[in-house]
Order: sequence, then structure tokens, then C-alpha cells
Amino acid sequence: MRKPLTIRILASLDSKSWLALGVFLAFTLVAVPVMHLAVPPESVFHLSTYFITLIGKIMCYALVAVAMDLIWGYGGILSLGHGLFFALGGYAFGMYLMRQIGRDGSYQSDLPDFMVFLDWKELPWFWTGSDSFGWVAFLVLAAPALVAFVFGYFAFRSRIKGVYFSIITQALTYAAMLLFFRNETGFGGNNGFTDFKRVLGVSITSPETRLVLFGLTAITLAATLVFASWLVKSKFGRVLTAIRDAESRVMFIGYNPLWYKLTIWVISAVLCGIAGALYVPQVGIINPSEMSPANSIEIAIWVAVGGRGTLIGPVIGAFAVNLAKSWFTVSFPEYWLFFLGLLFIVVTLMLPKGLVGLWQTLREKLQNTQAGHAPQGEK
Amino acid sequence: MKNTILAFLLLASSLAAQAALDPVAVRQLAAEDSGDKVTAIRQLVQTADPDAVRVLKAMAEDSLFVAGDQVLIIEGEQAFDAATGKSVKMPASPESPTVNNRIRGELAAALAALKLFDADPVVRLASAQKLQSNVNPAMAPLLGRALERETDAQIKALLTLAYAQANLGNSDPAARLAAVKALAETSSPVIKSVLLPLTEKAGEPDDKVRYEAIAAVKSIDSRLAMTENLGRVFSGLSLGSILLLAALGLAITYGVMGIINMAHGELLMVGAYSAYGMQTLFRAWFPEAIDWYLPAAIPVAFFSAALVGVVMERTVIRWLYGRTLETLLATWGISLVLIQSARVLFGAQNVEVSNPSWMSGGIEIMPNLILPWNRIIIVGFAMFVLVLVWVLMNKTRLGMFVRAVTQNRPMAGCVGVPTSRIDTMAFALGAGIAGLGGVALSQISNVGPDMGQGYIVDSFMVVVVGGVGQLAGAVWAALGLGIFSKLLEGWAGAVIAKITVLVAIIIFIQKRPQGIFALKGRFVDN
Repeated sequence: MRKPLTIRILASLDSKSWLALGVFLAFTLVAVPVMHLAVPPESVFHLSTYFITLIGKIMCYALVAVAMDLIWGYGGILSLGHGLFFALGGYAFGMYLMRQIGRDGSYQSDLPDFMVFLDWKELPWFWTGSDSFGWVAFLVLAAPALVAFVFGYFAFRSRIKGVYFSIITQALTYAAMLLFFRNETGFGGNNGFTDFKRVLGVSITSPETRLVLFGLTAITLAATLVFASWLVKSKFGRVLTAIRDAESRVMFIGYNPLWYKLTIWVISAVLCGIAGALYVPQVGIINPSEMSPANSIEIAIWVAVGGRGTLIGPVIGAFAVNLAKSWFTVSFPEYWLFFLGLLFIVVTLMLPKGLVGLWQTLREKLQNTQAGHAPQGEK
Repeated sequence: MKNTILAFLLLASSLAAQAALDPVAVRQLAAEDSGDKVTAIRQLVQTADPDAVRVLKAMAEDSLFVAGDQVLIIEGEQAFDAATGKSVKMPASPESPTVNNRIRGELAAALAALKLFDADPVVRLASAQKLQSNVNPAMAPLLGRALERETDAQIKALLTLAYAQANLGNSDPAARLAAVKALAETSSPVIKSVLLPLTEKAGEPDDKVRYEAIAAVKSIDSRLAMTENLGRVFSGLSLGSILLLAALGLAITYGVMGIINMAHGELLMVGAYSAYGMQTLFRAWFPEAIDWYLPAAIPVAFFSAALVGVVMERTVIRWLYGRTLETLLATWGISLVLIQSARVLFGAQNVEVSNPSWMSGGIEIMPNLILPWNRIIIVGFAMFVLVLVWVLMNKTRLGMFVRAVTQNRPMAGCVGVPTSRIDTMAFALGAGIAGLGGVALSQISNVGPDMGQGYIVDSFMVVVVGGVGQLAGAVWAALGLGIFSKLLEGWAGAVIAKITVLVAIIIFIQKRPQGIFALKGRFVDN
């Protein structure tokens, strides 16, 4: 007798985690707006627009990191092309934002500025319906899902795995980046989409819009965490973990790994697409450099720093690395790459379980010393 | 009226050829009007007389003077009559005729044409080559005569072309037809552009000649397209050699040792910066031997890249054997550190590495196909490195150990192969070869901190397509990818070609996940 879905979802997190999630939502949905709008700017408790944008951006990254963790931490498949799905979601929503500019662009045309610049007379076919929010919201989910499904189906069917798969995903995002760099592709070439004015008819730069986007991102992140923790604890998640640990054995028992891998791959891609769509209106720009191989590999380090195979790890990792990045690039821009490079090396060499693993080890040691003075309990 | 006189003069001169210079024509050299001077020059050229050479040369060197009715050549304190060459009394106030740019151009062409009659075949050859690109119809009779007299086959072929070009302006359709037929055999874009006006009604009234010209342009076009494709195959070959140099090192570290080295591109960069360093060193200490900096850079690049490789292997990669995905991330970290170190040491801008003088220029195979020396040398260098690697892997003790460790690590260890030292050495070898690739790259592309990033995807593609652990696979894959992408570039543009190649590789991997040359064997991976 299976319990109803809601009960199972509720049961997927323990009470401590639900509490943490509640505190997080209370902070982002109540405290942040109050501190941004009601607290006067000169007060120490005031949160600046810079802070809101930064944290909003990092929450999008955290969402990507969770998506990456689902496929890497639980599926054992390292993708070096997740930047592509992120950018696809971003571009899909960017199309809508470009149409929302209307006639307020520099050329006062119905077409986006870059098309006027290229002397195009009408929208290309794939821009059809880009002025409708509903269609674009569908595209945000469908475009990454479709690309991921087609690519994943063929790759997993041929049983490409390990580093082969990683390198091919890297080639995929690299090829896509080159494609989007071309002006003729119809996505703004080098410059991508920027100078957005409105979303759903309201100004995109007003504090209220920013706070709504910020809150939406927080809710999405929280919902994703709940969904992911239910998913990995479900039967599906257990089979997936088994595939990660011993694919051949799972096959011998009678499972077909193809559909398990493909499902988690598409879910991961769609989550990235959502993150991209939330990212673009907050940051105000999307361009092909989001698809560069370097960006995608950076996603892996967020997950590795936090600790893969745990769900809170990627969120911690994304926050830690990106806060460090914004601090370094302002204070010591020339040392950022040294730091990031060393982070890659140190984390893989010394912290294979990331910060979460480090915390657990420390806590165990602490408990051991508290429980018995002599560590006889150790094996 | 004037034209009639000129025509008469022309006729007279060709009748009286070789006798002596026509005094009227010589006098006309000093005429007021530039057009008259040009006519006179062309007329004198027709005589093909050594005296004419003397006079025209004097005019070109500004030693031709006029005094009253006399035209004189003045050399130092002595004066000679231009027409006869006899010594005459120095006049009181000789005047120099105006020689403007148009006249100078005409004189140069005339002197070149007259050189066709020189006794030295080398001079004749140079002159015939010069005439290929600037012939005027007035030279036709002269060229005809030179052609009759010529014995050297090479010069004769060149003259035939020049003669045909000059004859395109002939008023007799039969002569034009013969000229067009002669020109149809060539494959030079210049001749094609000369023939193009004749394919239209406005440029050629005679139907027969016009059809012939259309056919001629078509046949030249097809030959041009062929040489163009040949050129593309060659640049594909040279791109393939670069890919091969970049991928050979990877074939060892990834293929043989199973290590994903994302910092491989940065090892190329280390090699390229070594070339830059040697260039700076030679400029400062041995400026007279600057051309030799490149050979000197080869060992330096090999050992500096190998040293970086040893440090990498000992400090990081050693601890990650068997964890390929982690190696990938750690080596990516190393690549970031190396890039930033290059920025700190040499600046973020690209540095300038120049070709030694013996690498500039090229071999002209056909008028529209020039193979640059630097590319040829790189193709040769890649072959050299390939042979070196093959010998190292197949004929030396180290190579045998490396292959043994690849095939069965525990068993190799049991029979006494120092496996961990072999790992270090193999990695250093792979890194050193990347350094050599960097030296080659420094000669044809920008040298900067980010240069390695562009090659990492490509060189992995080579290794993946070629098949893991296979040198032969890497060779075929590198050359194949190089030529395939250059041919595609020819009709689709660089970006589309690149995307197509990447997509083709992704599809290829679906079909043959183990690459072109798969290792045969039965194994379960897990």
C-alpha cells in the first residue's frame, strides 16, 4: 500500500530540513523586501539593489548546481555542457523580453534593434509567438528538454559514458556557442539580448519587479530542492544511484539504464532552462559566452565544492564560490583565476565530498571525542 | 592628318628595320606632347635595335637632351648623337625633355620588351615574365619577332602567352581566334580577366571568337577551381599537422594512460612562450644569429613543457589515477593557474613571435596556388615529431614499459616495471610533445595566455575520433579532420564548417564509440 504523493513528498525531508527551508523562504520573501524597501538607505540593515541582484543571480546558479548534482552526483554522469541548457532557457525568455521593448528601442521599430541593424524586414519563423508570455514560458521548458532528449537519447543508447560523454557535451556547447555568435542565427550575435525595458508590461528595473523576480527565484529553488529530495529517495532515484555505482549489474538484473539516465538528463536540462529564464531578467543580459565550455565546467566546481550526492551541497557550493568570485573580482581581479584554479585542484584532491563532507567528518570527530575519551569505537 | 603621318612613320620604320634609328622618331622623343612621345617610344621598340635600347635607356636615366634640332645623349663631358651614336660637339645649352610618370611606365615596358632580344637567356626569361601582366597591342609584331628568334622552350611558352595577349586587340578575327585558343591553355586569374571582356558582344563583335573566349574562360575556371581545391587540401593538411601535434601528446596521456588532461592546451602555450623567450634572448645576445632562435627553441620548449608536466603529475595527477572525472576537473584547475601565470609573467596581451627569414615566402606551384614555407615546414615538423614518437613508443625500452603499463598495470609491476616512474615519464613525454606543438603554433597564430583554450576541444576530438590508445588513429583523425574542415570552409564559411565538423563527430561517436581504430578485446567496464 503506497502512501499518497503529498505525504511521500512531505516525508522526503526531515523536520530540520523543513525548518531550514521555512527560514530561507521567510528571509527571502519577507525580510529581504522589507529591508530593501522599508529600511532607509543609510541604515546598516538596508539591502542595496546590488545585493538583491547578486543574491538573485546566485540563487539561479544554485538552481543550476542542483540540476547538475542530480545528473552528476546521483547519476554519475558529468556534463560539461549544462551552460547550453541554461543559455537556451535564457534565450527563450530573452526573446519575450526583446519583444516587450516594443518601439522603445534605438530604431523605434517593431523588430528588435539587432534585426534592424542587420536590415531584416520581418521576424524569423522561430520568433513566432515570442510576444506571448505563455508560449515563451513553454519554450523555456521545451527547448532545453528537446535538445537534451535528442542528444541524450543517442548518446545513452550508444552507451557513451564517463569522460567520453563529458567531452562530447563540451563539444556540443562549444558548437552551440559558435552558432549563436553568428549574426545570421537570429539571436543577436556577439551582443546577445540586452537593454530590456519591461516584463509583463511593468518596468523591469523597478524595485518591486526586482523583488518579485527575487522571490520567484527563491520559491523555485526551494520547490526544486523539495522535488529533488523526493526524486532521489523514490524508487527511480534508487535505481539511478545503482546505475551510477554499477551500471552493468543493474542491466543484468533487468533494468534498462537508458530511460533512467535519459529522464534525469532531461529533468536536469529543464531545471537549467528555468534557471536561465529567471537569470536573464534579473541580470539584464544574455549572450553566447554563457555557453562557453569554461562556464559549464565552473558549474561542476560549484557542485564539487559543496559536495556532490547531497542536495544542500550544490546550493552551499554555488553560494560559496560565487560570493568569493564577486569579492575577488572586485578586490583582487588578477588573483581570481589562481584562486579558482587552486579550488579545482584542492577540492578534487583533498575534499572529494566537498564542504558538506568536511562538516560531517568534523562533527563525527567531535561526537567521538565527546562520547568516549578514547576512540575505541573506530574500526 | 597627324594619325596618317604616324601610321606612315610606323610603316617606314618597320621597313627600314635594323638599318639605323629613324631620326624623325628620335626627334619625336623630345616632342612637347606626351602622346607623341609614347608613339615614338613604341616605334623605336619595334626596331629591336641595340641602338634603340641605348636611347630609351638614356631617356629613362635622364641623360637624353635636346639642343636645337639635335637629340643628344650626354655622358659626363661627352655628347653623342642619339640617332647615329656618333660623337658630336658639346652644345652650349642642352635641354632635358620632360619625362612624366606615364612616359616612365612606357619606357619601362619598352625596355623590358627590348630585353627579349638580349643574348643572356636569364635576362630574356625575366623580361618575358614581366610582360605577362602588362602587354599592349602595339607590342604584337615585336613579340612575334622575338618568338621566331627564341630557342629556349620555357621562354618560348611565356612569349606565346604574351603574344596571344597582345593579339587579342588585333583587328583580324582569325588572329584573335588563334590568340584566344592559345590563352585557353593557361590557368592564371590575370589571363581570365583579360579574356572576360571578349565573352560579351560589346567587347567582341565576331561570334566565333566570342564562343571560343567563353569556352576558354570556362576551361580556365575549371582549372582555377581545381588549384583552389588543391590549395584547400594543402591548408587542410597544414591544419591537420597542427592538430596532430596538439593531439599526439594527448594520445599518450589520454589514450595510453587514461588521463584527461584539460591543461593540455596550456602546455601548447608553454611551448609557444618558450619560442617567444628564445626569440627575446637571441635578440638581446645574438642578434646576428636571430634566424636560429627557432631551432634553439625546440629543445627548450620540449623540456619546459615536460617539466611543467612532471610537476603536474607528481603533485596532482598521481593522486587521481582511476578517477578520470576528477582528473578532468583538477587539470582544468591547473589550466586556469597556468593561464593566469602567463598573464602575470608576460602580460594579458598577445606577444609577437616573428618567422625567421628562412620561413617566409613560399613556393609558387601555380599562379593562384602559393604554398607558404612556414606551413610546409610545419607539415614536415609534424612528420618528424610523429616518427620520433613512434620510435620512442615502439623501439625503446621506455616505450615498451609504457605499453606494458597500459596493457596490464599490475602484471607489469610484478615483472619489475617501475610503474609509477613510467607514469611520470610518459606524462612528461606527452607534455613535451605538446610543447613542440606550441613552437609550431607560435609560427602561424597568435601567442597569448588564452591560445591553448581554442585547441583543447579540437585536440580531444582528434583523440576521440582516432580511438583511444592509438597513434595511427590520431594521425588519420587529425589529417582527416583538418582536410575535411578546410574543404567545408571553402563553401560554407569558417563557423558553419566548425559546427558541422563538431556535429559530425558527435554523430560519428554514436556509431563508433571506440573511434576509427578500436582496441580489440573483451572487457566489461565498471
